[in-house]
Amino acid sequence: MSAHLPGPVMVAAGCGGTGRELEPYAGPDGLAGLDLVTRSITLDARPGGPGPRVVEVPGGLVNAVGLPNPGLEHFLATELPWLVRAGARVHVSIAGATMGEYADLARRLSRAPGVAGLEVNVGAPDEVGAGLFEVREPYHSASVIAAVRREFPTDRPVLAKLRPDVSRIVEGARSCHEAGATAIVVGNAVPAAFPDGRAGGLSGPAIAPVALRCVAEVHRALPDVPTIGCGGVHDLRSANAYLDAGASAVQVGTALLHDPTTVARLRAALSPRPDARPEETR
Amino acid sequence: MADERGPVHSSLHPSVHVDGEVVATKRVGGYRHLTLTAPGVPERFRAGNFVAVTVAGHVARRALWVHRVRASSAFGPTLDVVVEARGSGTEWLAAQPVGARIAITGPLGRPFALPKDAVSCLLVGEGYAAAPLFPLAERLRERGCAVSLVVSARDEAHLLSALEARRSARSVTVLTADGSVGQRGTVADHVEDLVRRSDADVVYAAGPHSVLRSAAAAAERAGAWSQVAVETPTPCGTGLCHGCPLPVVGEDGVERVVRACAEGPVVRGDRIRWDALPDALGHAQ
Repeated sequence: MSAHLPGPVMVAAGCGGTGRELEPYAGPDGLAGLDLVTRSITLDARPGGPGPRVVEVPGGLVNAVGLPNPGLEHFLATELPWLVRAGARVHVSIAGATMGEYADLARRLSRAPGVAGLEVNVGAPDEVGAGLFEVREPYHSASVIAAVRREFPTDRPVLAKLRPDVSRIVEGARSCHEAGATAIVVGNAVPAAFPDGRAGGLSGPAIAPVALRCVAEVHRALPDVPTIGCGGVHDLRSANAYLDAGASAVQVGTALLHDPTTVARLRAALSPRPDARPEETR
Repeated sequence: MADERGPVHSSLHPSVHVDGEVVATKRVGGYRHLTLTAPGVPERFRAGNFVAVTVAGHVARRALWVHRVRASSAFGPTLDVVVEARGSGTEWLAAQPVGARIAITGPLGRPFALPKDAVSCLLVGEGYAAAPLFPLAERLRERGCAVSLVVSARDEAHLLSALEARRSARSVTVLTADGSVGQRGTVADHVEDLVRRSDADVVYAAGPHSVLRSAAAAAERAGAWSQVAVETPTPCGTGLCHGCPLPVVGEDGVERVVRACAEGPVVRGDRIRWDALPDALGHAQ
């Protein structure tokens, strides 16, 4: 069983729009060959939360966007074909309210042409991903991964995206990997509050040290489990911090909102790094 | 007619992210006017587009209305933006000296739709957000439209270029809430009368939500089209983050939420679900 690992630079879920918005800033090749994780797709369309959805705080953003997305059917009919035509390596982020929904999403996406892989969102801050299946316990996230893995071809990667604030990150990573995750994405918005007290998730440079610690812990304890760092990656130094800590790739999210050319610049800077890019895993 | 749009703007005129330079800066009343070079942006600009600038030490970006575009100057093509210093980000911007380098993304968003025929247009703006109406007035005048312009503000210091307005429009009405210059009152007080007197076929509005709403309502009652430039905090400005929800009713009559930066900022006034739109959103500081 083998699956190519994406990387070394990826677009993080929720920060690449539908792909169209990123294309003008993606560099000379556009989206061609770029590992892009879509915004989280749910079975049914979600309008997202009320405004203001994103507020700036020192070192980052607090968001409660609410996973706005057109639902699986519309995504398959419009956004996915466009991304495939643009040449992106499309990793579809999926989120579900039940284990069955995750399985259903995986099954239908396994048949959709052009899906390079899946990223299972098992780490949205509770209030931000309101109505999603509760996956904070390693046992639950592993069950979701197993359900997804059963429905998705083994030659394509399934990434498990974990939240960096869980108390047992190593245990979570191990159980997700044992359940069939190709790699563990460590990093997601950390539960936080808006200045008015409303619940949200914190992202950006402020959470980089938190996510970096998780990547380092996972890598130390589970050196054979590929990890992907996500949180505050905005330049070569911040990307290298993750790669040096053992990550096989990094995802760029919030930095794209600050400078939409961030991925293009990092791709150019990091491409010739074969040693940090194992060809095959598992 | 004014509600018709061409193909999606971004596919025709892709935006660019460039290193710009401040080539002039001056204080005008309560605002700071910056003239910027931004290679590729002025050339692609259409009235109603905005630009987003990266602010040192801040993650979110600041969206700015374009007040004027010059096709050529001693510095090549330039654009003028109006900044009201309201917090650390906009204060930083307003303090940038001549020669400062600023990362600029633009032009962003969907511009005003222009009428095909030479019709009568009423342009209603308040505060610094009235900025996009000035390049719009020039485009409309080029098409032979009769342009009436209303500029309003809370006081004289926050009135945008009334003098310049007189060059771009057939008639100009100045409103201030405190009566310090022009007529006393707000857009809401006068817009009904102004729409009627200008016999407008299209009403264009730019300003706070209350101004847009009253202008759109007056237009609808008069049987005119309306196009409003919505100002909502746009953390990225490019449509990537889905952080600027704008509740609308689609052409199909279905209520949905679109992005103010990507599907806006200019939207048909009768498409906005005003009651679902907070009047005072927390603006980026």
